Amino acid sequence: MNNGYYCHKISGGFVEGEVLISKDDICFYLVEPETGKVIEKNHDLEGKSIVDKILIFPSGKGSSVVQGEGLYMLTRNNTGPKAMIIQHPDTVLVTGAIIMNVPLVDRVEEGFYQKVKNGDRVKVDADKGLISFI
Amino acid sequence: MYLTQYEQEMLEGKYGKGVAEAMRIQVALGEAFDAEHMVEVTRTHVAFAAMESDIWFNELFLNKGAVCKVPPTINPLYDDVYLRESVGQEDIPKYAEMLCRARKAFKGLGIVPTYSCTPYLQANVPRFGEIIAFSESSATPYVNSVHGARSNRESANSALAAAITGRVPYYGLLKKENRYGDILVRVETTLNDDFDYHLLGYAAAKKMGHGIPVFTGMHSNPRPEELTAFGAQLNTGGAVSMYHIVGVTPEAKDLETAFGGRSPHKEISVNSTDLVSLRESISYPDGKIDFAMFGCPHYNLDQIREVSRLLEGKKIHKDVELWILTSSLTKELAEKSGYLEIINKAGGHIIAGTCPDMPCWYQRYSGKVGITDSPKAAYYTPRRGINFIVKRMSECINAALKGGC
Repeated sequence: MNNGYYCHKISGGFVEGEVLISKDDICFYLVEPETGKVIEKNHDLEGKSIVDKILIFPSGKGSSVVQGEGLYMLTRNNTGPKAMIIQHPDTVLVTGAIIMNVPLVDRVEEGFYQKVKNGDRVKVDADKGLISFI
Repeated sequence: MYLTQYEQEMLEGKYGKGVAEAMRIQVALGEAFDAEHMVEVTRTHVAFAAMESDIWFNELFLNKGAVCKVPPTINPLYDDVYLRESVGQEDIPKYAEMLCRARKAFKGLGIVPTYSCTPYLQANVPRFGEIIAFSESSATPYVNSVHGARSNRESANSALAAAITGRVPYYGLLKKENRYGDILVRVETTLNDDFDYHLLGYAAAKKMGHGIPVFTGMHSNPRPEELTAFGAQLNTGGAVSMYHIVGVTPEAKDLETAFGGRSPHKEISVNSTDLVSLRESISYPDGKIDFAMFGCPHYNLDQIREVSRLLEGKKIHKDVELWILTSSLTKELAEKSGYLEIINKAGGHIIAGTCPDMPCWYQRYSGKVGITDSPKAAYYTPRRGINFIVKRMSECINAALKGGC
């Protein structure tokens, strides 16, 4: 059985943790820095905590200034995600992930998205470009 | 991705930890966007202010010994000295420490203290085809579309990494094949002044979705302030880093050139009803005002001359404060030209190096009502508790004289 899925490394690292999936793009300025809870109204993750999650979402959003400030505050408070799995990279998110040392990957094999669900535990080996279920 | 020996040495730390960290960012961006190699940049602009993360990010590089190889110009901060000394604003000292730290870090990195969002008009003007790294929502569309220079939609941080390394990964809008139009936008209304360009930019971006728009039906000789307004709103209402105006911008001599011989993916039109309903949807209702604010993006000398013409020999209402935001160079020219004196006599201010989305204004005007000619100013400020009526400049001046509209 295929347990590993290839992906494309943007920011390196090796972590394992619990999956949280967002259908919506994420603006980290609208995540409460003290608690890691999403406070954006009507967002797929409204009220949920992203702390230490393997966060799966389509893309970042928001102006570069606010998005950068948001990621920074989460990292400083240790309330950010452990790793990020995305579909559409942008310069703000890539730069933030590199500087804050958060593993970031994209282009995951199609089968992964069909299998993965909230609460799964996965290993993200960004350096090798591999995601596997535990 | 291929790196030259010199680029590899930068990444490995031969030129210091700061350069290595900046190169790490550039390589990751290259990996993310499938760039095959790096290219040199000859100009950069960083959209930093003095937010906590801005200071942290700049100090991080400063402490690792980085200096910008291609010194960037920079976005506005706030002129605390003017506000304290000329207007007597009391709460400024509590920001003074952050401002001081930010300025020190910028200086240490070799950033040029222009503090303006329109560097592309006077301090950092690229040539056609020049490869550059510009962040700032009003700047990226202008340099790509009007100058025909080549910049991706950089974040402040990635633009700083470009300034430190002198390199950007070669992808996106740096390549000719990615600069052609996707969406045809037919303009079915007359554009009279920069306010109409503000509205058109915002309305078109909302309507069109993702892609590079190609505009037809527009005036054949737009003024610089009209194009400044247009790009800023396209990139506020949406995420537009490049546009074409057929017969006006340099990569769009005709429709076929603008689309690179392909057909549009989509066609839309924008008419006068769209502009009227957009203005109504973003504007606070008419009524009494506490202040008027112009210069988002920064006003140029022509716009300041027009304000001074409208204010000459008159007095702004006693309950209204009037602000024109601009660059320090333009303020100096306004002073030498006599416009500053006219505006000051009427009771107005010209303030250099500041922007509506700055803490000095939230403190001063939270819960108050202002009037502006910029939808962008109105877009960013409601979360600070400031409400803006959005109207044409001449109507804003009338409101400032009467105390409301």
